[in-house]
Amino acid sequence: MSNLWKKTIERFGYPKVYCSIFLVLLLATAIILKQSIPPLLSAALIRIGQGSVLVLALVPSIISGTGPNFALSIGMICGALAGCISIEMDMIGMPAFAFAVAVSIPISIICGLLYSILQNRVKGDEMTVGTYMGYSIVSLMCIGWLVIPFKNPEMVWAIGGKGLRTTITLAGRYDKILDTLGGFQMFGQVIPVGTFLFFGACCFLMWLFLKSKTGAAMVAAGDNPRFAAASGIDVNRQRTIGTVLSMVLGGIGILVYAQSFGFFQLYTAPLQMPFLAISAILIGGATIKKASISNVISGVVIFQALLAISLPVINGLMPVGNLSEVIRIIVQNGVILYALTKVGGNE
Amino acid sequence: MADNHAVKNVLELKNIEKEYFGNKVLKGINLTVKAGEIHALVGENGAGKSTLMNIIFGMPVIQNTGGYAGEILLDGKKVDIKSPNDAIDFGIGMVHQEFMLLPGFTITENIKLNREILKDNPISKIFGPSLKSLDIETMRKDSQKALKELGMTVDDWLPIAGLPVGYMQFVEIAREIDKQNMKLLVFDEPTAVLAESEADKLLEAMRKLAAKGISILFITHRLDEVIAVADSITVLRDGEQVGAMTKEDVSVEKIAQLMVGRKVDRIEKVTKSDAKDDKDIVMSVRNLTVHMPGEKVKNLNLDIKRGEILGIGGLAGQGKIGIANGIMGLHRATGEVLKNNQPIELNNPRKSIENKLAFVSEDRRGIGLLLDTSIELNIAITSMQIQDGFLKPLLGIKALKMMDDKKIREHANKFIKDLDIRCTGPTQYTRRLSGGNQQKVCIARALTLDPDILFVSEPTRGIDIGAKKLVLDLLVKLNVEHGMTIVMTSSELGELRSICDRIALIYEGELQGILGPQDSDVDFGLMMAGEFKAHSKEVV
Repeated sequence: MSNLWKKTIERFGYPKVYCSIFLVLLLATAIILKQSIPPLLSAALIRIGQGSVLVLALVPSIISGTGPNFALSIGMICGALAGCISIEMDMIGMPAFAFAVAVSIPISIICGLLYSILQNRVKGDEMTVGTYMGYSIVSLMCIGWLVIPFKNPEMVWAIGGKGLRTTITLAGRYDKILDTLGGFQMFGQVIPVGTFLFFGACCFLMWLFLKSKTGAAMVAAGDNPRFAAASGIDVNRQRTIGTVLSMVLGGIGILVYAQSFGFFQLYTAPLQMPFLAISAILIGGATIKKASISNVISGVVIFQALLAISLPVINGLMPVGNLSEVIRIIVQNGVILYALTKVGGNE
Repeated sequence: MADNHAVKNVLELKNIEKEYFGNKVLKGINLTVKAGEIHALVGENGAGKSTLMNIIFGMPVIQNTGGYAGEILLDGKKVDIKSPNDAIDFGIGMVHQEFMLLPGFTITENIKLNREILKDNPISKIFGPSLKSLDIETMRKDSQKALKELGMTVDDWLPIAGLPVGYMQFVEIAREIDKQNMKLLVFDEPTAVLAESEADKLLEAMRKLAAKGISILFITHRLDEVIAVADSITVLRDGEQVGAMTKEDVSVEKIAQLMVGRKVDRIEKVTKSDAKDDKDIVMSVRNLTVHMPGEKVKNLNLDIKRGEILGIGGLAGQGKIGIANGIMGLHRATGEVLKNNQPIELNNPRKSIENKLAFVSEDRRGIGLLLDTSIELNIAITSMQIQDGFLKPLLGIKALKMMDDKKIREHANKFIKDLDIRCTGPTQYTRRLSGGNQQKVCIARALTLDPDILFVSEPTRGIDIGAKKLVLDLLVKLNVEHGMTIVMTSSELGELRSICDRIALIYEGELQGILGPQDSDVDFGLMMAGEFKAHSKEVV
C-alpha cells in the first residue's frame, strides 16, 4: 500500500495527487448529499473549457525561461480590447468571434514585444516584475477603458454615454458560440465540445511549434541560457518569442473565456486572472522552468473541476446565507497558495 | 628530547593521512615547524595543501568526511583539533585567501570582533555584565599596536570597505596577531591577490612576526617568495611528501622539479605515414586578450598546427581556461584569431561554430549541457541551430523547419554505442548521468558539428579514473584516425604530457613557452611558476 502510494507520488507529484483526492472526496460528498451530479459535471466541463487556453498561454513563457507569465493580464487586456472592437463594429456570431481573435493577435504581438524589452533587462526577476507590470497595465487601462472613444450604446455607460461599462454582455453576439457548437448534449446538460476542439487545435499548434527548430532553440534557451548562447542561439530573441506567444495566447484565451462566460469583464477584472492560470499549470505538474502540454491539460482539468464542484457541495454542507462567497474565496485562494508553494516542482 | 634542542617544535605532524570517499589525498605527511620559523608548503593545484591546512585548522569538512589518520603535536603534546574554535584556543591563526572581514565595520572593530574589550558603566553595574559598554580607547590602542607591528600606518577607525586589498590582508593578519596566545599562523596563498609592492611588504611583515617568535606556515606556489622568506620547505605532490629542504640547500629549479615530478604515462600515438608538416598552421592567435573573470588572458600569441594535439597548461587562475573561451566567443575578447589565414569574428559564438570550431566547456553542468533535456537533443541541438542539421520541412514547406525525430534518434543511438554512454536510452535527461557519461555527451555534441579544430577544456575534471582514460583515448583516436586538430586545456600536467604533441604553458595570462611532452620537469615547473625566463639560460 505504502509502496503504491510512493509510486503514485513519484509518477504524478504531490499537487496532482492531493487535488485529485480532494476532488473525489467532494464528489462522494455530493452523492451523499443527494445533489444532482450531471449539472455539477457539466459546470466543471464548462469551466475547464473557459480556462483552458489561458493556461496554455503559460507554456511558451515557461519554456523560454521567463517563468510563468505573471503579466498575462496584459495579453488578456489585448484580447478584451479586440473583443470590444468587434462589438463596436456591430458584428455577430462566429464571424465576430473570429474577427476578435484576428484583431487581438497583432495587438498582443506589439504588447508582447514591448513587454519583452523590459523582461530582457530584469533577468531572474521576471516573476516579481511581471506581477507588478501586470498590475500597472491593468490600472492604466482602467483609464484607457474610460477614454477610448467607443460609441456602441451596448458597451458605454448609459448615463453620460462615455467610457465602457465594467461588464459587457455578449448575449446576442457570440455568447457560448464555441460552447454550444454542434449543440452536443448529455443528460440534458451542455458539453462544450466546440471549446474543447478549439483548445485542442491550439494545443496541437503549440506541440508543432515545440517540435520546430525555433521551438528547440527556445527549450535550450530556457533550460540553460549559457549553453544556448554558446550554441549560437540568441537567448533574448527566444525569450521575446516566448513572451509574444504567451501574450497572443492570453488574448485568444480571454476571448474563449468571455464567449463561455457570456461577458467581457473590464477594469480590474484581469488583475487576479493570471494567478488562476498559473495555479492550474503548477497543479498540473509544471515548474517555473519546465512545462508541457500534458501539464496544461491535467492542470486545467483538476483545478477548474475543483473550483466548480467545491462550491455547490460545500454550500450544501453549510447552507447559511452568503457563506458561499466566503467559501469560494477561501477554496480558490487556498488552491492558488498551495500551487505556488509547488513552484519548484516536487522536490 | 625536544627540550635538548635550542629551538622547540611548535607544530609536528606525524604520518597524516586523509581519504575522501576512498580517494587518498594525503599519504603520510610528516612536517615540523619550529618556533619562529617560516615554513613554506608548495605544490601544484590538488597536491593536498588545502586539505592539510583544513586538518590543522579543524575545519568541519574534515570531520564530515571521516576525519584523518595520524598525529598532530602542538608544543610536543598530542592534540585533537575538532573545530576552528579549538584551533584558535590552541593558538593557531589562519589568514584566508578570501578575506573574512565585515566591510561596513572599521578596522578596529574587525580586529576585535567577538573579542571586544568591555568596561563597566552605571547601568551594567545594576543590570549585570551583559550591558557593559565597549572600551573603544583600549581597543583602538591594541589595534594600533598590532598594525604597527606589521609596519602599517593607517587610521584604525576607517571602514574596511574602500581599503585597498593589500590593506585588507594586513588587517586580517593584525586580527590574528592581536590574539594573545598566537603561536602559529597559517597563510593560505596570501600574495595571490596582492600587487608586487604589497606582496613585498607582506613578506617583510612575515619576517618580523617570525623574529618575534611566531611560527608561520606559508602556502604558496610563487617560488621566488619561498626562496625569499622560507627557512624550511616542504613540497607536496599528489598527496605525497616529495621533498623537505632547508633554506641552505634550496633552489627554484629544485622545487620546480619536485613539484611537477615525473608522472608521465604516455599514450603513444601511431602517427600516420604522411608526417605532419611542421609549417602547416591551421590557426594563429594574435594579441588575444580575454576578459574572463579569474582567468584573464593578456596579449597572447599562439600558433596551432594542423593535425596536432596542443596542450594548454598552467596553474589555476593564470588564464589557460580563458583562451578557448575567448576564441569561442563566450567571454569578451579582443585581438585577432585567424583560421586558414581567414579572420574569425570574435565575441560571436555562432561565427566560431560556423567556422568549424567546436568546444567542450570546462563548466560541464554550467555551459556544456541542457540538464533537463534528453541526451538526443543535447547531442543534436547545436548542429540543428547552426548547420540546419536534423531538420525536415513541414508539409513540404521549406520555411517551416521541423526537428527530424528519427534522424536525431539514430544519430544519438550511434554515439551512445560508439562512445559507450551508459544511460537508460536516448531520451534520458542528462542530469541523471554520471560525470563521465555527461562528458561523453558533451563530446558527442561537439563531434556532431564535424569540427576542424576541437577545443576541449578540463575533459577529465570530476570524473572517475576509468572514464578519464576512456576520454583521453577517445581524443587520441579522433586525432589519429580523423586527423582532427585538438586543443586540450587541462590543470593536470600529467594528462597533457600523456597525449599532447606540444604543451603551451600560461602564466598570468601570458604564454611562458611551449614544451614537448618529454621535456624536463624543471622546465615545466619553472614555466608554471612563471620563473622560466629568469632561471633559464637559453631563453625561448
